[in-house]
Amino acid sequence: MSLEKADVEKIAHLARLQINEQDIPEYARNLSSILELVAQMSSVDTTDITPMAHPLDIAQRLRADVVTENNQREKFQAIAPQTEAGLFLVPKVIE
Amino acid sequence: MHNKTISELAQGLRDKTFSSVELTQHFLDRIQQFDQELNSFITVTPELALAQAKAADQQLAAGNASALSGIPLAQKDIFCTDGVRTSCGSKMLDSFIAPYNATVIEKFNRAGSVMLGKTNMDEFAMGSSNETSFYGPVKNPWDHNAVPGGSSGGSAACVAARMAVASTGTDTGGSIRQPAALCGITGLKPTYGRISRYGMIAFASSLDQAGPMTRTAEDAAIMLNTMAGFDERDSTCLDKSVPDYTAELNNSLEGLKIGLPKEYFDEGLDAEMATAVDAAIKEYEKLGATVKEISLPNTGLAVPTYYVIAPAECSSNLSRMDGVRFGHRCENPVDLEDLYKRSRGEGFGEEVKRRIMVGTYALSAGYYDAYYLKAQKLRQLISDDFKKAFIEVDVIMGPTTPEPAFNFGEKGENPVSMYLSDIYTIAVNLAGLPGMSIPAGMVNNRPAGLQIIGNYFDEARLLNVAHKYQQATDWHTQGPAQYL
Repeated sequence: MSLEKADVEKIAHLARLQINEQDIPEYARNLSSILELVAQMSSVDTTDITPMAHPLDIAQRLRADVVTENNQREKFQAIAPQTEAGLFLVPKVIE
Repeated sequence: MHNKTISELAQGLRDKTFSSVELTQHFLDRIQQFDQELNSFITVTPELALAQAKAADQQLAAGNASALSGIPLAQKDIFCTDGVRTSCGSKMLDSFIAPYNATVIEKFNRAGSVMLGKTNMDEFAMGSSNETSFYGPVKNPWDHNAVPGGSSGGSAACVAARMAVASTGTDTGGSIRQPAALCGITGLKPTYGRISRYGMIAFASSLDQAGPMTRTAEDAAIMLNTMAGFDERDSTCLDKSVPDYTAELNNSLEGLKIGLPKEYFDEGLDAEMATAVDAAIKEYEKLGATVKEISLPNTGLAVPTYYVIAPAECSSNLSRMDGVRFGHRCENPVDLEDLYKRSRGEGFGEEVKRRIMVGTYALSAGYYDAYYLKAQKLRQLISDDFKKAFIEVDVIMGPTTPEPAFNFGEKGENPVSMYLSDIYTIAVNLAGLPGMSIPAGMVNNRPAGLQIIGNYFDEARLLNVAHKYQQATDWHTQGPAQYL
């Protein structure tokens, strides 16, 4: 499995990562070598094997739908890059 | 004082040989003296440490102290600490002051232990050498040209150099056991679900597990007593009672059945490492254990499988680092997409970006079945290998790593060569089993680790098996000469 420049650009876009133009060949090379490693998986026939999502065979625990946490908006927003009037600010999304 | 174990220090505190304030100051002085060079701490917290020590001294005087009261520990910088920077080794979180405590931190606080600081680590726990940290690599106290291992490299190095009596680590593919092996200390990765992951910054949620890093198995048992247990804030933390892990340390090993997976002793293993492991197995036979060759046939597939599952989970987990609510934000974003892309592009290091991209690719439309689903099926096979083995044996033993600590830059060219250094530890995470590494010799003047793998929730037995070896040998008491 060998990735081209366009593949790397597409993946970086999907992951919302800006990468420098001059670094793309190195990403292509490194990602290709990782995918080559991963390709070893195809050496085993896994028909009829149940996929394992999680190490423990347990059911998801449920709890009553009640408020359990205090509102700590100010504390949590104190570490935000930009806030105003209790809101997180981002560049304008809707014209 | 710094060569004593947790249990010895706890006795010293009770006997009033020294106070927790004196003990804490002693370790802080050592950090000041040695850590400029070793770089095992990202943040040292002297004021907090001395305040906690003072409180512990009062607890001790009042006679209501716990086994960890006043004991100075180092916490991996992956655990959120209220009011203290929690960087996870990343520029992304360089300015992140956690607004709450991880459950593990909460438990240590309740036990009255002292936090000396937050230890250096590979960025977001992705690495096996500590070279991916935004704060620079940690040096191995045994040899400053060697890596300490990773991702919990700072936690391992500070314990080996006696700058903390014990520390915490996290292990997603070997990140406790491998640095413990490379730095010549004891490290335990418990069963998945044994310790709460709440407030422990997530890398791969179905694999991550916290654990203690200490110099002895007895200390690891003391630490685990505090760390383990149910937490309703972590939906994967098991509601299962916590035994006293120190209670069975001295059980006899007569009749213990040890399995040696032949796949862990093949041509990939350094010859001198094999000799060290063989000598340790001989010691176990002297202690009454019987040894049997077993097979874990899918061992070779563990690394490829892991490098689909872990990146897939990380690409999802790290999507929360988007420059909106916390962490790094780029200057003057022109629109939301620019804000996301540049904040993440600037905030993450190369290895983290690589793994996010691999995970994104594996989960993208059209590739899911070929990668993620395939990996989950192999995970089942790898896990079944262990299940079969544990029908026949009580514990599995082998080397923790294929070779002793490697040099800085040695595995820099191709990320895959670094990934393969975790070949013996990764399968344990995929299966969710507990595993330990204990010092078991020296190879080229660098420590060699013996890995002990147990069945689910068999931590007490692992600790017993490790402790008996440490009673019979003295590898665990050895340390790098300049730090003794």
